[in-house]
Amino acid sequence: MSARVRKLIMFPVAFGFVAAAWEGYKAVGPANGGRLLGMRLLPRTSNRTMPHVWEMVSRLGRPEVRGSQQTILSVVTAATWYSFRVAFTAFVIGAALGVAVAVLMARFRLVERGLMPYLIMSQTVPIIVLGPLIIGLMAYGSRDLVSKTWIAATLLGVFLAFFPVAVATLRGLQSTPPASMELMDSLASPWWRTLLKLRFPAAVPFIAPSLRIAGASAVVGVVVAEISLGIRAGVGRLILSYGQEATSDPPKLYTAVFGAAALGLVMALVVAVIDRQMMRRHPPEGI
Amino acid sequence: MDSAVPNPAVQNPAVVVSGVRKVFNRGAANQVDALIDIDLTVQRGEFVSLIGPSGCGKSTLLRLIADLIEPTDGTLVVNGKPAHQARLDQDYGMAFQQSGLFDWRTVERNIELPLELKGWDKGRRRARSAEMLALVKLSEFATHMPWQLSGGMQQRVAIARALAAHPELLLMDEPFGALDEMTREHMQAELLRICSETGTTVVFVTHSIPEAVYLADRVVVMSPRPGRITAMVDVGLGRDRSELTREATEFFDRVTEVREALRGTHVGDSLTGVDDR
Repeated sequence: MSARVRKLIMFPVAFGFVAAAWEGYKAVGPANGGRLLGMRLLPRTSNRTMPHVWEMVSRLGRPEVRGSQQTILSVVTAATWYSFRVAFTAFVIGAALGVAVAVLMARFRLVERGLMPYLIMSQTVPIIVLGPLIIGLMAYGSRDLVSKTWIAATLLGVFLAFFPVAVATLRGLQSTPPASMELMDSLASPWWRTLLKLRFPAAVPFIAPSLRIAGASAVVGVVVAEISLGIRAGVGRLILSYGQEATSDPPKLYTAVFGAAALGLVMALVVAVIDRQMMRRHPPEGI
Repeated sequence: MDSAVPNPAVQNPAVVVSGVRKVFNRGAANQVDALIDIDLTVQRGEFVSLIGPSGCGKSTLLRLIADLIEPTDGTLVVNGKPAHQARLDQDYGMAFQQSGLFDWRTVERNIELPLELKGWDKGRRRARSAEMLALVKLSEFATHMPWQLSGGMQQRVAIARALAAHPELLLMDEPFGALDEMTREHMQAELLRICSETGTTVVFVTHSIPEAVYLADRVVVMSPRPGRITAMVDVGLGRDRSELTREATEFFDRVTEVREALRGTHVGDSLTGVDDR
């Protein structure tokens, strides 16, 4: 059996395991929660807290609200697709910005010294406060901008996505083998041609894995922005509003969680494809 | 072929090193006199080996000729012009101990790298890389990736890359140092064949005495602290060398001569304070 077929089979099997674990705990766990080591740790297994897996799945096929024509599946899919487009845009811009910043830092040592502390500091700011901050800044720009909340969500995704790429690219550009640099020198190669022909391709094994982190970060940034800014169209907002209906319609919340999970999965898949394309020409691991 | 074009500088020696001194970390506590009083002339078509113990500055001298570092004092003339200009004009090709092939390029595209930097178009590049691959007998590996090749084959690709632009001068820094003995002897024979086919001048750094003697017309013996040239040994085995040469009496005589020249430098080393010059 080829590795690819095995992967394809493992995917649904893993889902099966999660569903089985959920139902298994639900069958044996205490209905009103329980204590573990003196703390209330065990979750309640009542249908209100942990609906059956099949209830969540069948909820997808029913209308979002009573009397509506739209199934909840189409609502969640549309919201997830919207969030994905925003997150992917943020990922692309963030990655490009990260590479550009790293090239600048590699070219001018002064830029690296001056910029790096701020870059590290910037990542310690709680992202939940950044959404409103960005909206506030945009309000200074123009009234039209404020209504385009997706721009703020994109910016937050960019903010989170660019950092891992910048750091990894800089490390990659700085670890070009000295012998190869000497070869390019002996060929009288100008700095930028050495960058394009040697240093950048040599940095790809550093950059490619950082893209996976950037993809995940972009998703987090966008979903958090949607929740904190109340962007109606995205899946983040769905989680918030469905959560408020959790007592009357428990499975509904989980349909939005499925959407968020699918968002992360699709992003990971897209980035994995990009990763593989970038690493196409590099030796396989272990050589 | 480029080398067939009449060159106005053709009467000049390939390399002229005069009065060169190289000091690292000048003025600092860890100042090192890497090279002093270096005078060396390499004629066109000549094969010169630089040999000496570690730290004698032989690689430093090669890097000075290549203009990868600058001398503290003295002048270096390569191909009738300052070493710096010769580097800008890609007048020499260089090969290192590590083949230094780019993992992400096919074998032929690795060979084409110097030509890309010269701005050649793709058709001309491909024709030249095919020619070079035939020269190093690797034609069927043109589209392989470097990591699919053995160490000896990778080193042959590196030599093909160094020769791709048809330079008249080849600078080699222990290019066979990482190879096993059998592959190494095979590569030495290949290098001699390539040089006689192309008429290339070679400056070859090594720390193997038989290698230095087998390859070179002239062996330059160096000693450390401070690095300087202590002896020149004319090999005089002619250009027609084969595996039999390695077993010839004259070959062993030259090996002994180089060994004794080297030993002299070591004696001077151990008897500190005694001026053995």
